[in-house]
Amino acid sequence: MHNEEHTWTIEAKASLFDLKLNEVWAYRDLLWLLVRRDFVSFYKQTILGPLWFFIQPLFTTIIFTFIFGNLAGISTDGLPKPLFYMAGITAWNYFADCLTKTSTVFRDNAAIFGKVYFPRLIMPLSIVVSNLVRFGVQMILFLIMFIYYYLADASFQPSWAITLVPIVVILMALLGLGTGMIISAMTTKYRDLAFLVGFGVQLLMYATTVIYPLSTAIEKYPKYAWIIKYNPMTPIIETFRYGFLGEGSFTWGSLCYATGVTLALLVFGIVIFNKVERNFVDTV
Amino acid sequence: MSNIAIKVENLSKAYQLGQIGTGTISRDLERWYARTRGKEDPFLRIGESNNQNTKSESNIVWSLKDINFEIEQGDAVGIIGRNGAGKSTLLKILSKVTAPTTGKISGKGRIASLLEVGTGFHPELSGRENIFLNGAILGMRKKEIQRKLEEIVDFAGIERYLDTPVKRYSSGMYVRLAFAVAAHLESEILIVDEVLAVGDAEFQKKCLGKMGEVSKGEGRTVLFVSHNMQSIINLCNNSILLQNGSIKALGNTHEIVLQYQTNSQSIESEKTWPDTAAPGNDIVKLTAIKTFDKNYISKKSYDVIDEIGIMLEYVVLKPNFQLWTGLNIHDDMGNNLFDTHNITSKLYNSIHSTGRYQTIAWIPKNFLNEGSISISVAIFNHQLHEIHLHIKDIIKINIVDHLTTNTLTARGLSQGKFPGLIRPLIQWE
Repeated sequence: MHNEEHTWTIEAKASLFDLKLNEVWAYRDLLWLLVRRDFVSFYKQTILGPLWFFIQPLFTTIIFTFIFGNLAGISTDGLPKPLFYMAGITAWNYFADCLTKTSTVFRDNAAIFGKVYFPRLIMPLSIVVSNLVRFGVQMILFLIMFIYYYLADASFQPSWAITLVPIVVILMALLGLGTGMIISAMTTKYRDLAFLVGFGVQLLMYATTVIYPLSTAIEKYPKYAWIIKYNPMTPIIETFRYGFLGEGSFTWGSLCYATGVTLALLVFGIVIFNKVERNFVDTV
Repeated sequence: MSNIAIKVENLSKAYQLGQIGTGTISRDLERWYARTRGKEDPFLRIGESNNQNTKSESNIVWSLKDINFEIEQGDAVGIIGRNGAGKSTLLKILSKVTAPTTGKISGKGRIASLLEVGTGFHPELSGRENIFLNGAILGMRKKEIQRKLEEIVDFAGIERYLDTPVKRYSSGMYVRLAFAVAAHLESEILIVDEVLAVGDAEFQKKCLGKMGEVSKGEGRTVLFVSHNMQSIINLCNNSILLQNGSIKALGNTHEIVLQYQTNSQSIESEKTWPDTAAPGNDIVKLTAIKTFDKNYISKKSYDVIDEIGIMLEYVVLKPNFQLWTGLNIHDDMGNNLFDTHNITSKLYNSIHSTGRYQTIAWIPKNFLNEGSISISVAIFNHQLHEIHLHIKDIIKINIVDHLTTNTLTARGLSQGKFPGLIRPLIQWE
């Protein structure tokens, strides 16, 4: 039995900046169990199991290589085309999965949220961690390809920035999480935003340097390249690529900018998420 | 607040009716504008009660309105009321699923709420995995679950299927497992919605027993919503009666249950008709039916130890018919408990002259089981194959067991619902 005095209050209004992070910590076991659930249930329901994690990036890479690389002839900064795309896709997929899955978190979990209380933030966090597992598996595929190309023709050299990869991964996760939470909070009331997400993420990919290097964009469209430059995902992907492949427009300034935007969106996301969470059951 | 586990102050909850997704951006802006100027929300109108039958002007209803109560530590409190009275809303707010519109609740101790059993169960996961997941959702730490695993499995009785995916479970096993997890939460306050409606009678009894143990044995506070008055009586010493979002009464469970049942609209324990509108044919018409106890006091709910008199009043319009009167007694499941004809009365088969007659059938005490009883009336003559009137389910009464300790009943020391369609006190030697 818990003998310590544990008092609580439930009030109509809660402080906007009470992020309830201590509660999230208390429920950390739930986070792991949810991640495990996602993984096990996904694995159990499919024939190919975790192989699915490979298939999507592999086929996308093949198609991108064919269409954008060969057919359209977009430059890849002199890097092997499949490797260039694979780097972009692996990183982009993680961000995009975090964003899209988080953006439907209220709708997907309405049944549970309507019946039992736990810090709601656990759910988006579990999505980010689940996707991290998936990202890890896809990274293996990328690394296999990386080693293969490296041994076949070492026309590229990884740079010191490879040590920034963990930070870059965290930034991708947090950016996806923050943006996803903002959208999820808004979709509980305005359903139409949900339709925008799938479409918007796709458009956003073209405004990020997934299928072309930033240098080419600046060179060809100097007037509009700012859209791509100010997209916080661009420095993240460029850093990722620069780290592994030694090519890409990496600057500390742009990475700091991306970090700033990410943190701002994240804090705003948590605040709005916590606000909506209190009453969303009534409107969903 | 030394002994107070839960204190509710001026609690209200408003819901918006109708469609929420359309045209609300502009409304939200209007609301926000009003609020930033420090004015009242234009869409919340105060003072409208939640009566679901009347259409109100605004599309905001108050599901709960100015609720105030305190619950002492270790108390088991029943929350009763008709559908829509605000019971579920109250539980939802207490379990933090939704926030109140105004007001405040403060309390002491960890809350475990059971608005549903098996929340978050995943069909693909095994029983063991689901115990951990569900336990964690309900707020248990992994270590805690590990420690209680054996006890949980034992309570649910699913040892053999522990590593089978729950999608292969029978619905009974599923519910048993789900309840077992919840029942073993280490919390000071347990909130239970009507989740026991599922599962077989034996398991329901086991659950009630466990909850009773929780509240009485371990000093935990229990809040329990049910439509089954018997379980409320068995489990709760105090109750709160909600009506249209406000507290109608609170206090001792027996009194509250009685008050609820006598207010219940579906129960109609007597009927009278003017002669002109009375049911029947041109020979005989039924003008009244009434029920009362041995002191001739009419009630809607009778105790199992009450003798119940059913009085029929009929008017004979044409003379020289040999009339019988009879009753069919059904329980609320539609089972015919028994039929009775007035063979012990001198009116039986007698040749009636015109005029008004009254006859009373006395149902002995310690005979009917708990539940509601519906009564059908016939005036007829079987021998002559004449049926003058036969009105089905004309009135309904409740039979309750107030567990009066100083009178002998068939129940004895047993708890929970006493099985059987009827409940006679049989002489044993």
